[in-house]
This record gives sequence, structure tokens and C-alpha cells, in this order.
Amino acid sequence: MARTYLTHSAPETGEVERRRWMFRHPVVIRITHWINAICLLVLLMSGLQIFNAHPALYWGNISTFDTPLMAMSSTEDDPPKGVTTMFGKTFDTTGWLGSSAGADGEPADRGFPSWLTLPSDQDLTGGRSWHFFFAWAFVLNGLAYLLYGVISGQLRFRVIPSRDQVRHFGASVWEHVTLRFPQGDEAKRYNVIQKLTYLVVLFVLLPVQVLAGLAMSPAMDAAFPFLLTLFDGRQSARTVHFVVAGLLALFVIVHVALVVLSGFWNNMRGMITGWFVIERKVVPAGVAGEPRA
Amino acid sequence: MSLRPSRRALLTGASAVAAAAMLGGCDRLGNTEWFQRTLKTGEDANLFVQRLLLTERSLAPEYAEADISPWFKPNGTEDPPDKPYKALAKGKFAKYHLEVAGLVEAPFKLSLAELRKLPARTQVTRHDCVEGWSAIGKWTGVPLADLLTRAKLKPEARYVMFHCADTMDHGEDDGGSDDAQDAGSDEMTPVGNANPAMTKQAGTGESRKDAGGQQGSAETGASGGSPVRYYESLDLVDAFHPQTILAYDMNGKALPVSNGAPLRLRVERNLGYKQAKYVMRIEVVESFAHIGDGKGGYWEDQGYAWYAGI
Repeated sequence: MARTYLTHSAPETGEVERRRWMFRHPVVIRITHWINAICLLVLLMSGLQIFNAHPALYWGNISTFDTPLMAMSSTEDDPPKGVTTMFGKTFDTTGWLGSSAGADGEPADRGFPSWLTLPSDQDLTGGRSWHFFFAWAFVLNGLAYLLYGVISGQLRFRVIPSRDQVRHFGASVWEHVTLRFPQGDEAKRYNVIQKLTYLVVLFVLLPVQVLAGLAMSPAMDAAFPFLLTLFDGRQSARTVHFVVAGLLALFVIVHVALVVLSGFWNNMRGMITGWFVIERKVVPAGVAGEPRA
Repeated sequence: MSLRPSRRALLTGASAVAAAAMLGGCDRLGNTEWFQRTLKTGEDANLFVQRLLLTERSLAPEYAEADISPWFKPNGTEDPPDKPYKALAKGKFAKYHLEVAGLVEAPFKLSLAELRKLPARTQVTRHDCVEGWSAIGKWTGVPLADLLTRAKLKPEARYVMFHCADTMDHGEDDGGSDDAQDAGSDEMTPVGNANPAMTKQAGTGESRKDAGGQQGSAETGASGGSPVRYYESLDLVDAFHPQTILAYDMNGKALPVSNGAPLRLRVERNLGYKQAKYVMRIEVVESFAHIGDGKGGYWEDQGYAWYAGI
């Protein structure tokens, strides 16, 4: 599967740059990855649309309207100001939260701005339709991914850190914060931070997100009362759902940033065709220096 | 390496264009009928799966009296503008009668006093609004199953319709701009809401589709057309559920007008817009295709899912 060939050599140093093609992403992983990407984007944006119908968060079973954990609103000023209160503190968030330009360009009273919501206009039922459809797509796609990942061994290879990785955890963290990306053989597998991140996203954040979503359904609460116990009430479940959505959005932002920084086209090719190039600098024998592979 | 800046600019530009195109595209897609129908399959799946998971005996959680919300947020209509209703309210609902009719062997009418004499059920339950907030209240009322059993359903009976007293729109004029205005502001400015954060939201013309519960623009009154009153429907699964009651008391006192006096539906395991207030008439039907816009309820006619379990 893997082809190796020389592409470039620098005669002065005798250094040879070798590019090696690696078939990194099997087709099931590529398809489920892109379906998942679409689902997460739609779920986030339609979720913000639903949130906008009552842009406030509480803890417990009920809404304590006087003392929300967080709330967005607009003032009576002309033009209106957007105001966000969090843990009793108030912030001016005009143009972003509480009040921002609607579809017609006029200031509208809305939690999140229209460019972040789906549909862009205030439309709760539209948002709910998008959200439920893509929630089903997300869950079924995720199950297909997990099933394939377990059977093929890909999941274990991808997300479970190997022993040597655990041992070199500190060095790996330092490499990561200095944005030095592994080359050569080390680039064939995910590094320990990647693995741990995927592990947390796959087996903590996403399941919690689904359960918190279900806990908001009055019918699901009747079928599975433990959902309410788990989240300490329906309004807390709504708050957890909101916070975890934020964490997932953060994960996606960092993920995309690292995709760009570590070789955008190579990564994109990898996730579209499956083929990924591993660069490896090889210093031929007899030339000073330590091989880094 | 000299390629770097232009590549970065290219990527940034391309993502910006793609994002804008995607947003506009999604909105346009969301307005096409085939795509709306596709999206609705998600809500159909909700009904299908939840019906598999819930038995007739799966009860919505019930709470302790100490958990009752200090203020049960009235939503939607808080004071029906309709003259017949106002007259009933003035007489403390002494002349009120609940009518049970339609596909039943023995239609009947009961006054509020007669309803109060029937076996009652009291439950402290959580009310979940489709907008996202929750409140806990104590409800006392007549189990709907008792009334339906008394009326004896005909074999073709499939749905139970609840016709309410409060006018929401005026027929053909519905959808006008002032209508939308009122739907939004009425919904989001409940009297006595102490939280400023909640008092001014979604008050613009684009908020028409935000169902909070029962609310309408009947205040604008004079417009023509036949009045569209709030209505809702249940299938027999929810209608015969032990926690489905027609409540006349809230938190141990007679139901206030703002919360649906003299009689409101409590169908726990469902969102707020199913909990019809000001119920005047119960009609058992085979299909609701001929009622309203045919979707089974006032908010359903505005696009909300008929099944409100999630």
C-alpha cells in the first residue's frame, strides 16, 4: 500500500528529503468524518436558534427567572443595546449577544446573531426541525463510526495511547505547545494529546451531549427518570447541553486550526482520498548528525 | 515559502465566501418543500421511537410540594379578549359548561361544579415550554380517561380535540405584520415578569413562528375574518394516560385566568403548547385534517410538530 520514493535532495548537505505515501483513512472513516462535520455544524447553529427562543440558562429543575446563571437581552434604548448577564455580572454585548442586526439589517432582539443561527431569522420551529433531523443523522453516523472503529481496530489504534506515548507525555505536551509537528514514522499515528482529546470528545463530551439533549425531552424523562438525576434537573441539563456545545465548538476550532497549521492540503487530501504524505528528512550514512525519524 | 501569504489569503477568502454561501443556501434549502418534508422525518422518528420507549404506565416525574415554582409563568394568552369568555369569567364561571361530543355514544355537558364533584387526581409536575424554560406546579383535575369512558368512544375514534375560548388570529388576515408583532411581544412580555432579561425578546416581526403557548393578536380586534381560536389534539395514547387531566385547580387554588381558567389540559410527557388553556369543548374525531389548517393544533398549523414529547 505504501509507496516510497525520493522527491528532492540537497547536494550540499547530502540531505535527502523523502516523501512517503501512507494510506491513512479508510473510506468508512472518511465518510463518517464528513457527515459528522456537517452534523456538528448544523446542530450547533440550529441549537443556537433554539436557545434564542429563551436566551437564558438556569440550574435545577425549574427556571428561576429572576436569577438566571446567564441571560441575554436587549435594552429599551434607541438603538437598543445588547446586554449579557452572567453570574450576576452584566456585560455590554451589542452587535453580538442580546441585540444584533437581523436579516433586514435593523437591530433585532436576539440572543445569538443571525449569522450564527440556522435558520438565520428567528424561527424556533425551523430550528427544531433542523436540529432533530441532524441529531438523528449524528447519532446513526456516530454509531456506524464506532461499530466500524471497534471491528476494524481503527478506534484502538487512533485513540488509545500506546505505552511509549504515555511515558513521553511531558515531551509530547511541549512539542504540541510549540507547534512542532511530528515527522517521519511518528507522524503515522496520532500523538498522545490528540489521542486523549479524541478519547474525551468521543467518550465523554458527545455522549454527555446526547444524554443532556434527551433529558430536555419531557417524554424521555418519563421513560428514563435517571436522566434528571444525572443532570440534577431539566434546566441543568439544558445548561450542560449549552456548555458542552461550546466545548465541542472549541474542539472543532482547534482541530481546524491544527489541520491548517500542520499542512492543510496534505490533511485535506488525507481525509478526502485517504492518502497522506509523510515527510521524512533522512541523512545518508557518513554525514554527521543524528537521524530523526 | 513565498506562496504562504497568498495561500492563507486564499483559504481565508474561500472560507468566508463558502460560509456566506452556505448560510444563504441553508435558508433557501430550508424554505423548499421537499427539504422541509425531509427534515420532518426527524420529528417523525422522535414520535416513533418515543412511543416504543414509553409504556402507558411511564409516568412523568412528580415532585414534592416544596419544589413548586414560586411563580408559574403564564405564557401565551393571559386574558382572552373574547366577549363570551369575559362574560363567563365575570360570573366566576358558574355558567361554564364543558362539552364532550363528536364520535361518542353518549355526548354530555358538565358544569364546573359537576366536574369538581367527579373523582380527581392531583399531581405536582414540571411544565416544559418549547422555548426552553420550565416551571413546576400542582394540578388538580378530572382524568380525561374518566370523561372519555363516560362518553363511550365509537370504534372509529382516533383523536381528541380540545377547542379553546381564546381567539388567536382573525382568519384571512392572519400573517399580517401587526399580527406578527403582537404574537411576539405578547408572548415575551408576561405581566409581572420580574426579570428584565426576559421582558424584551423576539419582539420583532420575525418572531411569528415562536410558539410559547397560547397567544394571539386578538387585541387588534377589529380586523375581519372568522376568529381562529386556540385548539389542540391528542391521540388516544396520551388521552388515556393516567396523568392526563383537565385541571381546575393550580397550587391548591382555583385556576387563575392567566393560567387557563376555568379548565386546562395537563398532558404531562408533552411540551407546553399541548397544555391547552380555556378548554371549552372536547370533540372526539377520526381525523383532524378538516379542522383549522389540518395539522392538529394552533401551533402545529404554524409549523410545530404535532408530537410534542421532545
